[in-house]
Amino acid sequence: MTTETLPEQAHKADASIGGYVKNYLDRVRGGELGALPAVFGLIVLCVLFSILRPAFLTPGNFANLFTQGAAVVVIAMGLIFVLLLGEIDLSAGYASGVCAAVLAVSLTNNGWPWYTAVAAAMLTGVVIGLVLGALVAKLGVPSFVVTLAAFLGFQGVLLLLVKGGTNISIRDTTILAIANKNVPPIVSWIVLVVGVVVYAGIQLFRARRRIGRGLLADPLTLIAFRVLSLAVISGVAVYVLNLERSRNAIIVSLKGVPIVVPVIVVLLFVWTFVLRRTAYGRHIYAVGGNAEASRRAGIDVDRIRISAFVICSFMASIGGIIAASRANSVDPNTGGSDVLLFAVGAAVIGGTSLFGGKGRALDAVLGGAVVAVIQNGMGLMGYSAGVKYVVTGSVLLLAAGVDALSRKRAASTGRR
Amino acid sequence: MSQGPVLELRGINKSFGAVQVLHDVAFSVYSGEVTALVGDNGAGKSTLVKCIGGIHPIDAGDYFFEGEKVHVSGPRDAADLGVEIVYQDLALCDNLDIVQNMFLGRERKSGLVLDEATMEEMAAKTLDGLSVRTVTSLRQYVASLSGGQRQTVAIAKAVLWNSKVVILDEPTAALGVAQTAQVLELVRRLADNGLAVVLISHNMNDVFAVSDRIAALYLGRMAAQVKTSEVTHSQVVELITAGRSGELGIKNGNGAAS
Repeated sequence: MTTETLPEQAHKADASIGGYVKNYLDRVRGGELGALPAVFGLIVLCVLFSILRPAFLTPGNFANLFTQGAAVVVIAMGLIFVLLLGEIDLSAGYASGVCAAVLAVSLTNNGWPWYTAVAAAMLTGVVIGLVLGALVAKLGVPSFVVTLAAFLGFQGVLLLLVKGGTNISIRDTTILAIANKNVPPIVSWIVLVVGVVVYAGIQLFRARRRIGRGLLADPLTLIAFRVLSLAVISGVAVYVLNLERSRNAIIVSLKGVPIVVPVIVVLLFVWTFVLRRTAYGRHIYAVGGNAEASRRAGIDVDRIRISAFVICSFMASIGGIIAASRANSVDPNTGGSDVLLFAVGAAVIGGTSLFGGKGRALDAVLGGAVVAVIQNGMGLMGYSAGVKYVVTGSVLLLAAGVDALSRKRAASTGRR
Repeated sequence: MSQGPVLELRGINKSFGAVQVLHDVAFSVYSGEVTALVGDNGAGKSTLVKCIGGIHPIDAGDYFFEGEKVHVSGPRDAADLGVEIVYQDLALCDNLDIVQNMFLGRERKSGLVLDEATMEEMAAKTLDGLSVRTVTSLRQYVASLSGGQRQTVAIAKAVLWNSKVVILDEPTAALGVAQTAQVLELVRRLADNGLAVVLISHNMNDVFAVSDRIAALYLGRMAAQVKTSEVTHSQVVELITAGRSGELGIKNGNGAAS
């Protein structure tokens, strides 16, 4: 058994920070780019827009970015589950529109309380996911076709729900608060501090337990780096968002973290936990990597497929609620036109592979940020919608190209 | 070996529609031995293995495990008995690491959360028990492994569950010389650890290198089941190609095995 000495030999027990950095660089060179393109793109875009349009860098615009991008990020987070299986859901955009319409109809037309209306919208999302998933998994229709049909169908359902194009306005203050109100500054600081401390605690606890059992653990420097960067990035964000951004602060004060931000953070946390720490998440990756192997390992592949579509449509319903809240109304265009493509774009730009088996919930946030910055920055530059579409399309193509290339590179270096 | 076989089949018949693939096949596997299952293409090796693994139900015949008659009606039954099959197309997920693959579908959990530490320990112990030194990090993605290493992981996955019988379907077919030697050494070690190993192979060198017994299938019949030390290379080739060799083999197509 000594016939094969591997280059990986060098990595063994190399738990020092240097070893980690080297390992990481090796992986990047091998085609595992991870979040790198998204982060790099985000920095470049932000610097570019800040120079060209100083208005981009104001606290008011920073807050706008979150509320503008929130719906797309949430929908993208759900889409990642479907993309992880190597499937696609083209109907997620209009599914969010339909759910938003259900919300609006039950709130405004039927006078339901907000929680019942939200539950109805979410239930609609779950049912949509069940139907789509069953068609894909049990009947074996390609997801592209099923969801393309659903894309057209839901467009019609949305029209029917809003009675042929009228605009249903939303007056419920709770729903409107999601995208239009802010968290009190002191609360956001407390949540931030608690969050960072808990994160550090979990990281240290896990490392200590692994060391106690004689297993390889992350070095302390790496953990410190992670905790510190989380603290700095979120600290700066909370600080900026807590600045006064009202033009006339005496009449009405406008400051604080938009409520959508904690909503996204909670969703990100939940789905990251599900994907990385539960058997269910492991099975999602397994089915996306090799469905036949998963079947032989005793995993119910059909159930995993259906559940991924359910999660996707459920997240679309939340995205729809956020979109309705932001627009103060629901019309036939809610969740339509560019929403789906932006969501797919966000996931892919963030680093989720269209070929399945690779992706994280965080990708939706990173990629969604890139999409939001492009939209916002180009809007500030005064470009027309046409130019925005062309640029966003090009970025999506670029991201998909990077995905395909890194996959090729990974295959040639024997990594994936 | 003084004990009886750990797994024994008698009079197995199996048809797919009008085509009878297995005729009255008898097959025994012993603990601590490597039994090579040889035969030409279409002789029924894969079908026999799938019958053992519970993937195909048998039409007629008896299935004995550790001397007791059992009924195997699905892959779960076989796995519960301790019979694991390592298929030719390894059934590993490229995008998961070694530990994740070894525990796929049977993850250890503490509460809702995956118990990564325990799984890593168990995987390390299993690989150590097999004296596998070619894999350096258990957290490597399977995609980055060589063919021999993948085969090693697939075999370790089968051994992890205290299995008693491990069936390997052409484990060396796609490997180079050095890696073949590596895998064969591992196969031998499995048997030395007390497992019953069935090795399906086309390669006579491999068969003679590691096996204790050879079972030759010829057109769906068991031509002969002999000790490796008692036959020569050319006798086995004759058994495979003609179903008989001198005193050994099928007598005039009556299906009576020696």
